[in-house]
Amino acid sequence: MSVTPATLPPAPGAKTRINDFSIQVATVNGSGSQTANTVLLRAIFQMGVFVSGKNLFPSNIAGLPTWFTIRASAKGYVARKASNEMLILMNPETAKDDIAKADIGALVIYDEPLQLDKLRADLSCIPVPFQKLVTASCPEPKLHKLVKNMIYVGVASRVLGVDMAEVKKAIAKQLKGKDKAIELNQNAAMAGYDWAMENLPDQDQVRVVRDNKTEGLIIVDGNEACALGALFAGVTVVGWYPITPASTLVETFIEYAQEYRIDPKTGKSTVAIVQMEDELASAGVVLAAGWAGARSMTSTSGPGVSLMSEFIGLGYYVEAPGVFYNVARTGPSTGLPTRTQQSDIELCAKCSHGDTQHINLYPGNMEECFQFSYDAFDLAERFQTPIFVVTDLDLGMQNWSSRPFEYPAKPYDRGKVLNQQQLAEAEDWGRYKDVDGDGIPYRSLPGTPGGKGAYFTRGSGHNAYAQYSEKPEDYLAVVDRLKRKYETAKTYVPKPLFRNLGSSKGLLAFGSSNPAAIEAQDLLAEAGIKTDYLRLRALPFTAEVDAYVQEKQVVYVVEQNRDGQMANLFRETYPEHATKFKSVLHYDGHAIDAKCIVDQITAFEQK
Amino acid sequence: MSTPTPASPTNKLGFTKQDYVGSKSTLCAGCGHDAITAQLINAAFESNIEGYRVAKFSGIGCSSKTPAYFINQGWGFNSVHGRMPSMATGASLANRQLINIGVSGDGDSMSIGTGQFVHAVRRNVAMIYIIEDNGVYGLTKGQFSATADKGSHLKSGAVNDLPPIDPCTLAIELGCGFVARCFSGNPKQLGAILKSAMAYQGTVVLDIISPCVTFNNHDASTRSYKHVKDHDFPLHDLGFIQYSEVEDVDIAAGETELVTFPDGSKVAIKAIREDYDPTDRFGAMKAIHESMEKGEFLTGLLYINPTQPPLPDLLNLVDEPLASLDETLLKPSPAVLDDIMKSLM
Repeated sequence: MSVTPATLPPAPGAKTRINDFSIQVATVNGSGSQTANTVLLRAIFQMGVFVSGKNLFPSNIAGLPTWFTIRASAKGYVARKASNEMLILMNPETAKDDIAKADIGALVIYDEPLQLDKLRADLSCIPVPFQKLVTASCPEPKLHKLVKNMIYVGVASRVLGVDMAEVKKAIAKQLKGKDKAIELNQNAAMAGYDWAMENLPDQDQVRVVRDNKTEGLIIVDGNEACALGALFAGVTVVGWYPITPASTLVETFIEYAQEYRIDPKTGKSTVAIVQMEDELASAGVVLAAGWAGARSMTSTSGPGVSLMSEFIGLGYYVEAPGVFYNVARTGPSTGLPTRTQQSDIELCAKCSHGDTQHINLYPGNMEECFQFSYDAFDLAERFQTPIFVVTDLDLGMQNWSSRPFEYPAKPYDRGKVLNQQQLAEAEDWGRYKDVDGDGIPYRSLPGTPGGKGAYFTRGSGHNAYAQYSEKPEDYLAVVDRLKRKYETAKTYVPKPLFRNLGSSKGLLAFGSSNPAAIEAQDLLAEAGIKTDYLRLRALPFTAEVDAYVQEKQVVYVVEQNRDGQMANLFRETYPEHATKFKSVLHYDGHAIDAKCIVDQITAFEQK
Repeated sequence: MSTPTPASPTNKLGFTKQDYVGSKSTLCAGCGHDAITAQLINAAFESNIEGYRVAKFSGIGCSSKTPAYFINQGWGFNSVHGRMPSMATGASLANRQLINIGVSGDGDSMSIGTGQFVHAVRRNVAMIYIIEDNGVYGLTKGQFSATADKGSHLKSGAVNDLPPIDPCTLAIELGCGFVARCFSGNPKQLGAILKSAMAYQGTVVLDIISPCVTFNNHDASTRSYKHVKDHDFPLHDLGFIQYSEVEDVDIAAGETELVTFPDGSKVAIKAIREDYDPTDRFGAMKAIHESMEKGEFLTGLLYINPTQPPLPDLLNLVDEPLASLDETLLKPSPAVLDDIMKSLM
């Protein structure tokens, strides 16, 4: 065997994609590939390169195909990219299909016995003897399957020029506290790297070159960011029911609560967390706890929101606060539980029977997942109503790099709550009276002493004094005031953000579509189609949104659902501008990419 | 010239019974539910309950209207069908000092709400869970409920051929520490059980047979006044002694058994039926099943175990209400966020 000197790859050539590529890794789920992929992603991140990861996993525990894409981008684009410059094919079940779909010229790392080089001549094939390497590096046969994936991390690191010190550091971080596993995995990665050093020629197609773009940044997923927002917002009652992709929001919260929500004096908990029997009961707990003065929340996904919708209407009508996270997945019905979509937009905007309107927050990045989650508790108590924080699987469960979160210094807004003394002094207090003209009444909390402020909450018709009533004028007074309250919310919810290139054409997106929309805006501008980008961050639409709609000749509404649900809300809210809204859609369950936006808008423009 | 009216008697808090009433009932005249409401008012008055601490919950149905008819000084929440238990769970976690009274019906609890009933009992949510049980859907004008006895008739002549769900054996099976069955037409027994229930920490399940005078009070119904009166088999005479009164009360020995609550209150149980021990879980199940076989309604305190920790204790919650915790205790410091951010770098 010839021994090649252990050198780094040569200097990049003119056509080399430096810090600008996508890698797709195909594995079998339950094989430890998530750890390996996260390590590779982290190692590139630690090299100072902007990177994002998307795990495309099955609704299954072990044995089915899973894909992970890692995108590095010098320009900071973090959306999924439809084309891949490197493939790592570890799953024999999907390898032939994966290689058939590979982009011309892609680098393909694969398990040697698959003989994929015989299938396509237009790829750069890198067969690796994984079995031989894993046998040599790991003494325990039962662990071979798990550490095998770490070997491709070593091979890929050599091919890309990732420093092995960063790989080792990433392994240590990922497996923190498990010393034996760290050693085993570091050895496996090193075995891959050493083999690649000896046996692979240098390549200059794709390269990682050390940069400083990620200094001081964190890697986090949206569920964790939301959980942290709730932690700092002082949530005190959590009722929840497991559902993909929302479970990790509460599960992460539980971990933090065990550390940071224990009363130092007594060692007792300052938050009640109960896994309920279903989503209906979760919603009941949230609303009753909010009614009784706690800051309460639940986390669910589309099917859970469907189940909760009766309670959401109750919360709206009796005016009980609560925070409802919807980490959306691909519907309808069970749909694709482990794939992403923005298809609960209309559901959350108007959840429940009768006339209902809800405040919705659409965080578009990790900092906003944190901040909006924090703000949602203020809004719930200020407006005495259920608040939806709408994210999706892409935001919630994927790894995103982010600036560290800023401390939410703003004190809690506990809303219009009358205490014992205020109740004693209040003249003619009525639970549902609009004293301030903003549609928001004053409430009292159960258990307030003094003999004043008790009232009867009912989901049936009631008047301003919370008394049962079927009188038309009483009914209208309440529901029309609720509409005024929703109007008031326009001045409280996050305003949209703009990225204007000076155009009469509007580009509008929200939530997880943001990165692809930004990238598409740049690509379109390069192709001569300038747009003004508005990133929507909440319902109801604020004055800034009104002005934008008035001003633009056309508004391309980008969203990840089939029916253009957000565009529908716009057409309904601005009927005189209804024809301006053109839907740009992506809804196959994969996260949206820039190219599909560019293609659809280009087609509209050519009409 | 007016004659001075004698002052109404007051309880230890200085309240009259009138201070525990609610709005006027809109139920049918003679409804068993109103008799239960009257006993709730009486028991709260005699138990010196602070009205402002009471939170009343209900779902949907005739029974669920009744929380508006008692203890106006407490807060009420008439929610959605079958979901009363989760409401009581949420509020009891938000403020563990509330005295929670949930009023439900056989339709609300044993059909649409069976799941929530089961899980609230499992969790030992601190609440008195009253099922006003008439075996029929009154508010929708007389359909069978899931507690209707097999073979019982509707006014229309329809016969129920499905077996009933019994809330009491179900509650005992689920680990409930206070299970009783009463008859709305037996105020003495009902009053003593309600007072005991008000002192208990944890879930109390009370199945109160409450005939529907409009839809289920005919001769062929097994939940008519006549049928229940004829088939009611009281287990024992019950006396409830509040903690504050214990020292002054001379408790009869002999056949009277005493069950002590964590706060020191006691229930004195004088057996009518020999060999009945309400602390024997399996014995209680057996006795209830045997009585059902005979077509009897075994009434009284069926099972009691006052030592089970209620939900806030199971969750190791702080003693003060979560709802009144201050931002200074709830919001971690900037240093904590800093540490968390560093761990994510």
